[in-house]
Amino acid sequence: MFLKRQPKLVWLFSLLATTITFVISVLLLQQVLSSGTIIYELGGWSPPWGIEYRIDQLNAYLLLIISTISTIVLVAAHTSIQKELDTHRQAYFYMLYLLSLAGMLGIVATADAFNVFVFLEISSLSAYALIALGKDRRALWASYQYLIMGTVGATFILIGIGLMYQMTGTLNMNDLASRLPEVAQTRTVFVAFAFTVVGICLKLALFPLHLWLPNAYAYAPSVVTAFFAATATKVAVYLLIRFTFSVFGLSFSFTTLPLQTLFLLLGLLGVFVASIAAIYQNNVKHIFAYSSVAQVGYMIVGLSVGTTLGLSATMIHLFNHALMKSALFLAMAAVMYRIGGMQLSQFNGLGKQMPLTMAAIVVGGLSLVGVPLTVGFISKWYLVLAVIENGWWHVALLILLGSLLAIVYLWKIVEVAYFRSPAHNSEPVKEAPLSILIPVWVLVFANLYFGIDTRLSVEVAQTAAQSLFGITP
Amino acid sequence: MTFSYQSMLHLAIVLPLMAIPLIVAARNKPNLREAFSIITSILLLFLVIMLYQGVIEGKTISAHWVELVPGLGINFLIEPLGMLFALIASFLWLVTTVYAIGYMRNHGEQNQTRFYCFFAIAISGVMGVAFAADLFTLFIFYEVLTLSTYPLVTHAGTDKAKAGGRVYLGILLSTSIVFFLFAIISTWFVAGSLDFTVGGVFSASVDPVVASLILILFVFGIGKAAIMPFHRWLPAAMVAPTPVSALLHAVAVVKAGVFAIIKVCLLIFGLDLLAVLPSTQILLYLTGFTVIMASLIAMRQDNLKARLAYSTVSQLGYITMGALLATSAGVIGSSMHIAMHAFGKITLFFCAGAILVAAHKSKISEMHGLGWQMPITMTAFFIGSLSIIGVPPTGGTWSKWFLLMGTLDSAQWFLMAALMISSLLNIAYLLPIPFRAFVPRHKMPHDGFQIKEAPLPSLLALSLTALACLILFVYPQPLYELVTSILPTSEAAYGK
Repeated sequence: MFLKRQPKLVWLFSLLATTITFVISVLLLQQVLSSGTIIYELGGWSPPWGIEYRIDQLNAYLLLIISTISTIVLVAAHTSIQKELDTHRQAYFYMLYLLSLAGMLGIVATADAFNVFVFLEISSLSAYALIALGKDRRALWASYQYLIMGTVGATFILIGIGLMYQMTGTLNMNDLASRLPEVAQTRTVFVAFAFTVVGICLKLALFPLHLWLPNAYAYAPSVVTAFFAATATKVAVYLLIRFTFSVFGLSFSFTTLPLQTLFLLLGLLGVFVASIAAIYQNNVKHIFAYSSVAQVGYMIVGLSVGTTLGLSATMIHLFNHALMKSALFLAMAAVMYRIGGMQLSQFNGLGKQMPLTMAAIVVGGLSLVGVPLTVGFISKWYLVLAVIENGWWHVALLILLGSLLAIVYLWKIVEVAYFRSPAHNSEPVKEAPLSILIPVWVLVFANLYFGIDTRLSVEVAQTAAQSLFGITP
Repeated sequence: MTFSYQSMLHLAIVLPLMAIPLIVAARNKPNLREAFSIITSILLLFLVIMLYQGVIEGKTISAHWVELVPGLGINFLIEPLGMLFALIASFLWLVTTVYAIGYMRNHGEQNQTRFYCFFAIAISGVMGVAFAADLFTLFIFYEVLTLSTYPLVTHAGTDKAKAGGRVYLGILLSTSIVFFLFAIISTWFVAGSLDFTVGGVFSASVDPVVASLILILFVFGIGKAAIMPFHRWLPAAMVAPTPVSALLHAVAVVKAGVFAIIKVCLLIFGLDLLAVLPSTQILLYLTGFTVIMASLIAMRQDNLKARLAYSTVSQLGYITMGALLATSAGVIGSSMHIAMHAFGKITLFFCAGAILVAAHKSKISEMHGLGWQMPITMTAFFIGSLSIIGVPPTGGTWSKWFLLMGTLDSAQWFLMAALMISSLLNIAYLLPIPFRAFVPRHKMPHDGFQIKEAPLPSLLALSLTALACLILFVYPQPLYELVTSILPTSEAAYGK
């Protein structure tokens, strides 16, 4: 707070904080992989009375994704924010950023259902403010939309948790998991489940609850978009996995209730509707925002398969999509820094003027399409394999068709950037500054690296999926 | 020799990529830049010939890069067919580079550095396809080839180039992602292996319906083989500069497609399974249809490059047909046709480019009497045409011969008729061009044509490939031996 007038110091401090989180999450993952679940009881109160923090493979995996991406994005933030925010607001930006990050990490780390809600509100409230920081006045409206939808979602989750508490008298997830089956056939539990799932799906931007997302992503400051696109929906997917698989249990979610069909249908619809919508956008950030909705669709399809392979496909895509989208949106930040706009027409001739940034967008986009040697291919491979394993050949075909749509919207950008010459009256544009370019390319290389060496993403995702299914490796 | 065969194999794939930094570094010195390209292609050819020696000696040369997904990785293994493909591609890369220098400079093309860079990536992709040990590796390099050739196709950067590039990329990427990848994943799921295995990977008890469907997916998915209705990309790609059309769309890209099809037929399905699948027959008729239709369309093209493009579609149909016939003669014929057609067609494309550069003509109707102006080019064109038609004394004779034998062996009378008709059509659309060009002098409207040939490097290149067409007629033995050793039981009872 005292450093309000020196944004650079605030930035360095924030960077230090996120780097430490990153190191801790790497260590946590190592420890979980070698010695199993870590439990920490907050304040020394033993569960189910006290709040318990529980890190198993799934949590550690997500912690790693979130802390890594947020650290890399923050490196670029300083330069990008200088251009996009007034000086007196910059310190607030970092505070909100850290708060939001803390909220997300909290959601992932905690094993207490009510605590989830608390952290969710922390991260969401700071997210609304972060989005409203956008320079474009439409950011306010976008943030307001998100506020309404997000609050509805959070309230639904709260109602769900409340009903669960009423039926079982506990808030601890493990406890809930063991006590819910006894009362599973009551209407209250059905209602609790419905509220929770719908609430999470709102946060997740699952079609048709995605309406808040495109505008929020498009008008928020560029770094904020990069940060949220890579992390916020991932946290929501995590919650969905946690509640449907651990707390309520697979048999309840998929057998008693028709969630499987519903997810499959909505997931596929989401892929197609959002991809087609993306094709018709003229704002590049909008294009990729809709593409995010489509990618969430893939993750949900993976969930709906309801097998270990399907779940690991979802989790692999979680990791990979975080890499793609953070790379893409950070590259957008670089474009924003130089040309100050995101309209497709402003990309004219950028291929020549900002070759490295555009190359990053092309590689990121190819990864989105699922071209071999990028992470997108690995995701697609597992997803299709999981779907075929279930005998859903038609779904496999649809998934592959969906990725064709991604080619179309990517190529719209490529053609504009590489084949049009820049407008004559505009000033020559230089390549983005290194402080943004380096983080972008770190992410792009991660896209390629994890597309070739999949040990980390695939193996951790598989062990996490197996442990959720109760198979001990 | 200090190099082991294995490290040579690694190097053969990476070498073209290593040239890229040099090419970029020398971007302001065209002579140095082209020198790098040529040196690299000579080195590559040398490496491939060394590897060929190894294959002749019966060595197993394989390499393993990384494992992407458990059980699936990038692996290389040289077998005779891949060796053949690599030999053709690396030799013709060298020739094309020489040709390109003359063409690109005289035609005043822009962005030549970009051109040579992506050319090198494409060749690296071809080497990867040729030496792939399993379908997964093949697929990866297949996609590398698609993406790296896109900037070459759209090189001119005009609206027409952009539209052509859109069709090119659209068809190739969509067929490969929707059908090819789907077929690969299905194969992985049904057979549990993607390794190229002699006799195929499917067990004898595989459901014929499923295997049939997978075969259809493969044949359509390998869009580079240009089986109708997925042939549109090939004519669309003709907006590219001529060296690109020559190497990529007569040799590298299309041959990568048919090469993949032969490999799938021979080493994934196996000839025994292929022969009994119900879908094989349907696909055979489709290839017959493609062969004739494409020839008919070619007849109606006035643009020389477009005519050659449709002729390529038709010739690719021959190769796919030969593979699907599932007889040894058919496979021998189609493998040999990869080589024969490569030399014949690249000659024709070189000539088309030479005509464009020297006489600024691209329409066939304008080429009346051109032979007196460009005698060497038009003679080479004549030889190339003969090889495509398949008459002595050119190499194309042999491959057509085996293909016909293949249709006779399996009693496919309809296909035999298709081949014969198509050969007649070839005569009808190719030979009039050189004949018109050499119209008797006294019938020319006015006299006094100066000999004005293409630039020397280009002329050198096209004479060389035309010569190769002739040599392959007299000396097809090494090729034949290489090709017959692909077959599980070398039934070398045909022809020779």
